[in-house]
Amino acid sequence: MTAVSPPPPITAAERPAPPPARRTGFAGRLLSEWTKIRSVRSTAWTLLIFVVVSLGLTGLLTWLTLHSLNTGRNGARDSGILTDPVNFILGTGLGLGQLAICVLGALVITSEYSSGTIRASLLAVPRRYPVMLAKALVFAVLVFIIGEIVAFCSFFIGAVLVNGQTYTLHGSVAGHAVTAHRTLSVSLSQPGVLRAVFGSGLYLTVLGLFALAIGSLIRHTAGAITAVIGMVLVIFPLAGLLPDSWGAHVHAYLPTIAGQLVTQDKPTAGQLLSAWQGFGVFCAWTALLLAAAIFLLERRDA
Amino acid sequence: MIEAQDLTKRYGDKVAVDHLTFRVEPGRVTGFLGPNGAGKSTTMRLVLGLDRPAAGRATINGRPYIQLAQPLRTVGALLEARSMHPGRSARNHLLFLAQTQGLPSRRVDEVLDLVGLREVARKRTRGYSLGMGQRVGIAAAMLGDPSVLLLDEPVNGLDPEGILWVRNLIKQLAREGRTIFVSSHLMNEMAVTADHLIVIGRGKLIADCSTREFIARSSEKSVLVRSPDADRLADLIAAEGGKAIAQQPSDGQAGALSVTHLEAPRIGEIAAANRIVLHELTPRLASLEEAFMELTAGSVEYGGGETTAAGAPSAPSAATPPAASAATPPGSSQ
Repeated sequence: MTAVSPPPPITAAERPAPPPARRTGFAGRLLSEWTKIRSVRSTAWTLLIFVVVSLGLTGLLTWLTLHSLNTGRNGARDSGILTDPVNFILGTGLGLGQLAICVLGALVITSEYSSGTIRASLLAVPRRYPVMLAKALVFAVLVFIIGEIVAFCSFFIGAVLVNGQTYTLHGSVAGHAVTAHRTLSVSLSQPGVLRAVFGSGLYLTVLGLFALAIGSLIRHTAGAITAVIGMVLVIFPLAGLLPDSWGAHVHAYLPTIAGQLVTQDKPTAGQLLSAWQGFGVFCAWTALLLAAAIFLLERRDA
Repeated sequence: MIEAQDLTKRYGDKVAVDHLTFRVEPGRVTGFLGPNGAGKSTTMRLVLGLDRPAAGRATINGRPYIQLAQPLRTVGALLEARSMHPGRSARNHLLFLAQTQGLPSRRVDEVLDLVGLREVARKRTRGYSLGMGQRVGIAAAMLGDPSVLLLDEPVNGLDPEGILWVRNLIKQLAREGRTIFVSSHLMNEMAVTADHLIVIGRGKLIADCSTREFIARSSEKSVLVRSPDADRLADLIAAEGGKAIAQQPSDGQAGALSVTHLEAPRIGEIAAANRIVLHELTPRLASLEEAFMELTAGSVEYGGGETTAAGAPSAPSAATPPAASAATPPGSSQ
């Protein structure tokens, strides 16, 4: 416990004069939200985990898979590194790193509820919706910047490991032994690659907002994180098992399933939405959830 | 000035604030008194726009809180519940609040000086004592140099030195012409701080009068009288302008009366003149805290107090006047 001197006696003369009134509007709220987000350690920690996990796993898994190919293990061939190396690079590290963004998105709003800061926030901005808008904007810009940096770094790490590697593949066609040679090469100038890398940063940004909206609706840290990660990792992917055409359509239009299309350089067979259509669907879901979050923020007792 | 009109809040079936109407005037300390669970905090949250009323409205300087563009410049509030992130420093907590109001960071340092927390302001509030946390809350309330202050149990958890400091601050702010609305569940605290009292129980208004008036009425003298002929004596006392209330006979003793508005010697004389035997004649002076407890006896949330069908607090068994008569129209006493 820190020893602290007792407050000084109050006299009217000593008390500082009120500062001059200055109109601030939305700029002040943005500044305020930036102060909030930068002044808790959880932000730095979560972003550090995001960077380390994303870049580390991209490097590690790419290297391990290449190594397996060299030693002739067949499993590595099914990983997609040969058919679509860009997608492999962007999918491995960021696929796990995205969970940190989910956590941070939920946390920036649920921590206000768990700590009671939301009351101070709403006393300062009683109209309430500017709090959510400012928070969403500041958080989106932060995740966009870090997300793009990490997406491009991931790509370059993967590219350095992958480029120039030649593999000799042994197989059999119609009973005859066949040998094929393949040299891997990825670059931003290949069709769809720049869009996929840049799209990864965009996807992470919208994912963060998606988590923020869920966090605002649920208002409990553990519940919100569980809900977001459960959706992203389990529920949405599992919907791919739904039967028939309607099942495929439902699956394709789910938030992160649609959103991830923009992170893939090549369309997969039978893909129902284009990359940007998918991203649009994800944005629409997120906008809808944010609107619901603002609606409930204004309705509910704080 | 704070005004509440017919303010009502329900949580499910439970009525937390029940058609409250009152006015808090500037230039004096208005105490908001009531037992725990009486609805003080909820009322403050309604005034501050944190909770939505089921009915009625509350205004600050004539406008609902939600319509204030930079509310912290008009209203400062200290809520009962802690409202800061334990991992954020006091300075950053105040800074983000200041930024929403267009206040310079210099102002944050000023209010930190005001509450004497400058030297620990960059440490995370996790390690703060209850009293230090309370001081951060007061600093936040003072940030915009507001003309209206709502303080919910500001001395909770403070040491005697801290209590004295808050009292002096509150009085000083009132002298400067500000509107000060301070809640407490401690009558004695309010007796030394507040100029005016608004007393509630179970969300209903019990009294709205000056503290002096409330104390005078509450510490009203009563006389305990025991007599085997209590009923006849009660009639005679009533005829003399006194007020006698029959007490529950305890351990088989003769009927007891609690008499107000008549001094003990006069009661003795009446008894002697009418040849009534007295077993006891004891002048009593209720303490302020006792009087407050009796006044709110029917309205303690978790107590065994009964309410009448109309929901008004039942008349206390002792000598205090029925609660309903204590309420005066807002602002009429000054």
